Amino acid sequence: MSTLDVVNDAAVVAKRNLIKIKRVPDLLVFTTLSPIMFVLLFAYVFGGAIDPSGGGAAYREFLIAGIFAQTVVFGATNTGAGLAEDVKKGIIDRFRSLPMAPSAVLTGRTLSDVVNNVIVLVVMSITGLLVGWRINTGPLEALWGFVLLLIFAYAVSWIMAWLGLLIPSPEVINNASFIVIFPLTFVANTFVPLDTLPGPLRVFAEWNPVSSVTQAARELFGNPDPNPAATASGAWSLQHPQLYTLIWAVAVVAVFAPLASAQYRRAASR
Amino acid sequence: MDVAIEVAGLVKRYGDVTALDGVDLQVPRGTVLGLLGPNGAGKTTIVRILTTLLRPDAGRATIDGVDVLAQPREVRRRLGLSGQYAAVDEYLTGFENLDMIGRLYHLGRRRSRERARELLDQFSLADAGDRPARTYSGGMRRRLDLAGALVAAPPVLFLDEPTTGLDPRSRTEMWGVIQQLVAGGTTLLLTTQYLEEADVLADDIVVIDHGKAIARGTADQLKAQIGGERLELTVTDPGRLDEAGQLVTPLGVAPPVTDEHRRSLTMPVAGGVKALRQALDLLESEGLDVDDAGVRRPTLDDVFLTLTGSTTEEDAS
Repeated sequence: MSTLDVVNDAAVVAKRNLIKIKRVPDLLVFTTLSPIMFVLLFAYVFGGAIDPSGGGAAYREFLIAGIFAQTVVFGATNTGAGLAEDVKKGIIDRFRSLPMAPSAVLTGRTLSDVVNNVIVLVVMSITGLLVGWRINTGPLEALWGFVLLLIFAYAVSWIMAWLGLLIPSPEVINNASFIVIFPLTFVANTFVPLDTLPGPLRVFAEWNPVSSVTQAARELFGNPDPNPAATASGAWSLQHPQLYTLIWAVAVVAVFAPLASAQYRRAASR
Repeated sequence: MDVAIEVAGLVKRYGDVTALDGVDLQVPRGTVLGLLGPNGAGKTTIVRILTTLLRPDAGRATIDGVDVLAQPREVRRRLGLSGQYAAVDEYLTGFENLDMIGRLYHLGRRRSRERARELLDQFSLADAGDRPARTYSGGMRRRLDLAGALVAAPPVLFLDEPTTGLDPRSRTEMWGVIQQLVAGGTTLLLTTQYLEEADVLADDIVVIDHGKAIARGTADQLKAQIGGERLELTVTDPGRLDEAGQLVTPLGVAPPVTDEHRRSLTMPVAGGVKALRQALDLLESEGLDVDDAGVRRPTLDDVFLTLTGSTTEEDAS
């Protein structure tokens, strides 16, 4: 099996997944509608309470990077649910009976989910701009901010890929990931300043990679923290959010890509 | 003899459950082997092992002379699989499904496209080829799935219950398609729950139960083994069921089996319709009313009743 075949096979699988986005546009509409709803809910329901002086304007700036991070984590459940569905419908069996590169199904899936995330981030950025969010840095820094979010999302995709093959039921995957993802994206600096959290929760939030990727994106987009004194954290993860996010992403892929691949080889329909 | 599929001593266990308990098979090139058995007998496990999806705990198998366990990728080049559930991507069109499989067999872009169109024509899907597969009927999906197994024109084909869940018309269509393929020289291993299907399609039949091959032979040999047609009668008065049984006994090749609860009796007969008429005349002359009567061919139930002493119902798990 040549490298060319491996790349070709992953591209064929990724293309197949992307056709689904085209054929079922509702799916994309709803994956983008929910973050738009989150932007509007948080910006206008909590915004005024959290940031009364500015009428919520500063909070909206603060909020957007958090919503970005939350959305790409939620988007990763598609990776798991998609694979679970493929196992259930016997499509994984068909792939496994073909003389294709075994890695292609997983790399193709995680890569097509990056494309999905790009589309979602574009839609959300436009929504953000409409509610007053601005990029106050240069284009290169902003671009790196988006790339970092995508790298982070790619890593989470591999966890979900493993789960999707381990628990081949799309419904269970959706519900199970909900109870993990909600605390993960809320016990973080996504929506509230960290100093409001009680001790142990605060430590968790400081080392939560969702916090570091949010912090990194905020810095790279130049979105000021409305209350820098209160959110200042001595944690290394938040002092070096870009590096911590990258280390975390590499570590996750290093652990979960082999786990998911092993599970793929064992995957049995039903 | 040129053997396309050779299986020896295949064993597969799941914890305490023995799914396969030493199965041997030999399929000569260009012939069709039907694996016949109820749900849970181990048919699908055999197919999954032979198509490299599952590793056995013991035993060995070769496809087209290539060792399944030692060289799985080489084996995959030589086989086509159509599973129990039509594994088509319903969001892709029929053409896209087949084109994708061609690309994954590394046929190249141009050849994959050509092959996809050829197969759509061959399986009467040309008109629907550019519609998403979710708009297809059950029969069309099965045909598309079968077409998917044939993209690389493999010398050995595995069809796992290709007609389960299809309506009678689609089933007959599917049989026609499979017969055409076999006429082209493909070696086929087919699993089925239906004796009739094995009868129509298979050269040789192996009956599988509880992970073991319990009988093998041609359809005629098996039928001879389990006897011919069955006479079935349902009497109106359950109290006279035994009396009815005694009356018709001389007409059968073996004593009747009565079922008090259903007020029915079943008996193997040689004469078919003639025996039915005689039985009805006899019962009428004795003033014994009959609700229902008929002659039927042996079913898989009868095969199991004869070969194992239990019915498929009990085994289905």
